[in-house]
Amino acid sequence: MEYILIFISAIFVNNVVLSQFLGICPFLGVSKKVETAKGMGLAVTFVLVIATIVTYLLQIWVLNPFNLQYLQTIVFILVIAALVQMVEIVLKKLSPSLYQALGVFLPLITTNCCILGVAILVANGTYNGQGLEPSLLTGVIFALATALGFALSLIVFAGLREQLSLIRVPKGMDGMPIALVVAGLLALAFMGFSGIDKGIALFFS
Amino acid sequence: MNNLKVFLNGLIKENPTFVLLLGMCPTLGTTSSALNGMSMGLATTFVLICSNIVIALLKNLIPDKVRIPAYIVVIASFVTLLQMLMQAYLPSLYASLGLFIPLIVVNCIILGRAEAFAAKNTALPSLFDGLGMGLGFTWALTLLGAVRELLGTGAVFGFTLLPSSTNMLVFVLAPGAFIVLGYLIAIVNKIKK
Repeated sequence: MEYILIFISAIFVNNVVLSQFLGICPFLGVSKKVETAKGMGLAVTFVLVIATIVTYLLQIWVLNPFNLQYLQTIVFILVIAALVQMVEIVLKKLSPSLYQALGVFLPLITTNCCILGVAILVANGTYNGQGLEPSLLTGVIFALATALGFALSLIVFAGLREQLSLIRVPKGMDGMPIALVVAGLLALAFMGFSGIDKGIALFFS
Repeated sequence: MNNLKVFLNGLIKENPTFVLLLGMCPTLGTTSSALNGMSMGLATTFVLICSNIVIALLKNLIPDKVRIPAYIVVIASFVTLLQMLMQAYLPSLYASLGLFIPLIVVNCIILGRAEAFAAKNTALPSLFDGLGMGLGFTWALTLLGAVRELLGTGAVFGFTLLPSSTNMLVFVLAPGAFIVLGYLIAIVNKIKK
């Protein structure tokens, strides 16, 4: 039950882009077409889950036993950068078709702050685990749910922007300003979900 | 003279927030009040100046092929330094900015300036470039934070200016960040023309 709640909370209630403000750059940058948004969403999901597992294990097995917590930021960003490179190389060999689909997005992911942000949250255990003890399993489920939330908001926003390009917009608002206002309205819509995770928890308890 | 030009460039003409649209995550995430926005801007300025100077000094020693990882290590070291200083001297501010302090590492402004400016210039112009870009980022964040705070709670920097009957809480919450930034960019575009 708690696992389902983590999903609902991370996808709808505390959406990573629209309420936590992580990963705004790709959200604004690669949301002009639904097709590219799907590719980016898939690539982020893939890398985020792997990066969370690797960084969590590093934190538990290396940084914590040797009292090196202050090196967290440096170690995590290097691990993520190396990991993205490795994923790229491995995908190229093992699954050329998947590489074709994700290829262009992979290098962009290193500087996507939702990867580093989620890795830090999971390693420090400061995410909303719905009352479950922070562990590898809950961390991975949280990461997966966050990534799906990212993909969902990106694809919905890309759909909105495809429609937006067909409409005449006041000249001063054309381009990024109107896109930001639309994102604001989307965030407003997602605010309608606030509290449903607690409601469901209460209903089943 | 030339350094002054470099400094003013980041402040207005190539303002990282309103013109280049870089570093959007902290821009939206930390500007729920003017004070938070300004603190985030100054923290980023500190890292930007230090990393720009060090990268400008080291640029001949770093092999071209590994320059991006090398830059990231330099930036991450300064962010760690900043994290420790803030934890020690400004614990409440550190708590309110939260995750966004370690995330300065992935702020595209810093890596962008390292690659576009510090890697091609000497230390002194790089210092002015970092200062200009950093303060440009800071005033943009302070303005955004002040507008959101004024509309949302009727106060700026904690000083009450409007009666509580005009408060629109939505501007302090997530949707307000997007909407206010959208309109500010539109206004800046208009002024620039």
